[in-house]
Amino acid sequence: MSLDIASSQASAPRNAPPKMTGDKVCVFYGAKQALFDVDLKVEQYSVTSLIGPSGCGKSTFLRSLNRMNDTIDGCRVTGKISLDTDDIYDPSIDVVELRARVGMVFQKPNPFPKSIYENVAYGPRIHGLARTKSDTDEIVHSSLRRAGLWNEVKDRLNEPGTGLSGGQQQRLCIARAIATRPEVLLMDEPCSALDPIATAVIEELIDELRENFTIVIVTHSMQQAARVSQKTAFFHLGKLIEEGKTEDIFTNPKNKQTQDYITGRIG
Amino acid sequence: MSTGWLIAIVIGIGAVAYLMAAQKARGLAAAADRSKGEVPHSLPAYHGWFAFILATLPAIALFLVWSFATGFIVEGKITAEVSSRIADPAQASLAVGIVHDAVRALEALGLTGDKVPPTFLALREAASAAQFSISEAGADYMVTLAAEVSNDHAMYRIIGQILVVLASAGGAYFAYRQVRLRLRARNKVERVVLSTLVVASTVAVLTTIGIVLSMLGETIRFFSEVNPLGFFFGTVWDPRFAAAGSGGSEGQFGLIPLLAGTLYIAAVSMLFAVPIGLMSAIYMGEYASPKVRSIVKPLLELLAGIPTIVYGIFALITMGPFLRDLSAALAGGTPFIQAQSVLTAGLVMGVMLIPLVSSLSDDVITAVPRAMRDGSLALGATRSETIRRVILPAALPGIVGALLLTGSRAIGETMIVVLAAGVAAKLTINPLEAMTTITVKIVSQLTGDLEFNSPQTLVAFALGLTLFVVTLGMNIYALYIVRKYREQYE
Repeated sequence: MSLDIASSQASAPRNAPPKMTGDKVCVFYGAKQALFDVDLKVEQYSVTSLIGPSGCGKSTFLRSLNRMNDTIDGCRVTGKISLDTDDIYDPSIDVVELRARVGMVFQKPNPFPKSIYENVAYGPRIHGLARTKSDTDEIVHSSLRRAGLWNEVKDRLNEPGTGLSGGQQQRLCIARAIATRPEVLLMDEPCSALDPIATAVIEELIDELRENFTIVIVTHSMQQAARVSQKTAFFHLGKLIEEGKTEDIFTNPKNKQTQDYITGRIG
Repeated sequence: MSTGWLIAIVIGIGAVAYLMAAQKARGLAAAADRSKGEVPHSLPAYHGWFAFILATLPAIALFLVWSFATGFIVEGKITAEVSSRIADPAQASLAVGIVHDAVRALEALGLTGDKVPPTFLALREAASAAQFSISEAGADYMVTLAAEVSNDHAMYRIIGQILVVLASAGGAYFAYRQVRLRLRARNKVERVVLSTLVVASTVAVLTTIGIVLSMLGETIRFFSEVNPLGFFFGTVWDPRFAAAGSGGSEGQFGLIPLLAGTLYIAAVSMLFAVPIGLMSAIYMGEYASPKVRSIVKPLLELLAGIPTIVYGIFALITMGPFLRDLSAALAGGTPFIQAQSVLTAGLVMGVMLIPLVSSLSDDVITAVPRAMRDGSLALGATRSETIRRVILPAALPGIVGALLLTGSRAIGETMIVVLAAGVAAKLTINPLEAMTTITVKIVSQLTGDLEFNSPQTLVAFALGLTLFVVTLGMNIYALYIVRKYREQYE
């Protein structure tokens, strides 16, 4: 299996404290434990990919980073997750504010049934990021540009976002997420519903967004993890098996299970 | 042999056909040599059902056609005979009715041949002895005619029954002969099932059309006597009955006060039901835990199961007096809310409509995909922001459709209004006074023993048709809105 890991060597991790830190994170759905003592550091301005077979807990971990797990009945998180120095499960934390700082893009594109413009302006409006119409315009335009969608939609900003193609819808969702100026961007298998060409566009976009955002991406495709991420974490059966630089994980895994997975023997 | 027995015999023949055909098919299947590719096409039961259908359906269809056809022939005979003697059509149709009564009396008493009474008077006495009342305006020739007709009846009936039994047996025999290894009985049964379903749905559609047409006929009769302009634009409702000694004046049939009352009361009830119903739907769809939801939702829907007359009683003996006494206490003596008022009816009807609004809207709100909620929450929106800016706009077409359906229900409501808003057809904008609705007036115009030939009763059909058109229009518009925007988030 040939892996393209060129991009992961483009920038070495900077010597900065981790943006997000998970410390002995356990997640329970009712009585069932889905995650066991996960310790993981997410470096700033880099892409961290979470890989592993279905049901291994990678999406669960991702959703606990912006507390989207709270919306699931009977879900409980123990351990500590911090964003910079704030414990995000501390009762004093405003979860609404947290989600503005840690944005999320979902597996299936989910534009609101509004116009393209309104989709992107949604976040800035509710968070009061723009005072005037021209401020809003500015945020919408720049977000669409950064999501690489501007040229395709600039003439039809008032048409419904649901009328776009699947890949365009997903980039619209990315534009919508970055319009609230989050610090961290979580992506839950953002390309799994897309064709290879749209996937390539989004992967390129992820690489560009790394300049300004810290990105955590869950993916089923090991090639994708190798292409876009600097750091990779392998989950299996709710446990974090191995984490490290992407090139190390894919060329020289320390753990037998990791090796089996990336060579296609399990999973 | 009565019709019931005839049907039973036909079904019996069908059952025998079923057993025999299935038996034959089973035998064929057992004898088939599968190594030579002889595979039975259908299971024995399908052969059986096919035989049953062939034995019963054509026979029953023949029975129906025969009954109608002979009925027409007999009717034609009576009409021809009567109209050859009586020229005036109204008198003739009266005489035809008397002949029918005479036929019924003869058949019920079993009087045939020599036992037929010689004169009409004798027949009438014999009939009244057996609790049959026949109009006295008959003539002797009618007795002869009635006797002939009842003879014809008996003859046609026996011929018909023989034909039906023959058809049934023939169908059974034909089906039995048909049974072969490769007969596609399964597909044929499938086709019969399909046509049965089509017929069933056609019945519903035809009934609706029939209702409209029957109302249309009476409405046209009404408008031939009363000016449509006076009906649609008149502001006074005063349909005096001729019997009340109004000196030949037929009164005024102004629709406006009734239409205004209908819409006013419906609007007040919607004003009350929509916010409460919608908010409870939002609570149940978005906030309530599954446990709370599983208790509250059935409770709320229980309200929808209460008969409207019970709501009417509640309005009459509790709500109305309460509002009147409350207003008396507030004003210090004289009540400014009447016990029967638009407000009372609107409030109580609103209570009735709450479960309808909340149940329909709840379905629409929970149908908004979870991805929409997650998308909004992940952008850092609160729950109420999510509801206000994403869920409600996405669900709006469905909610509007639900409200229109609720509105047409409110417009068609009768019993609550009779008891809570009164029957006075007034044109007022004060919700504290009594008004009345179209449905209430339809009831009051048709109550009592009446012939449907005066404008006073025919107006009920015009009112009914107007109401039907209004609610039909609302329903069509509601469906249009729901359809047009249904797939917006897919």
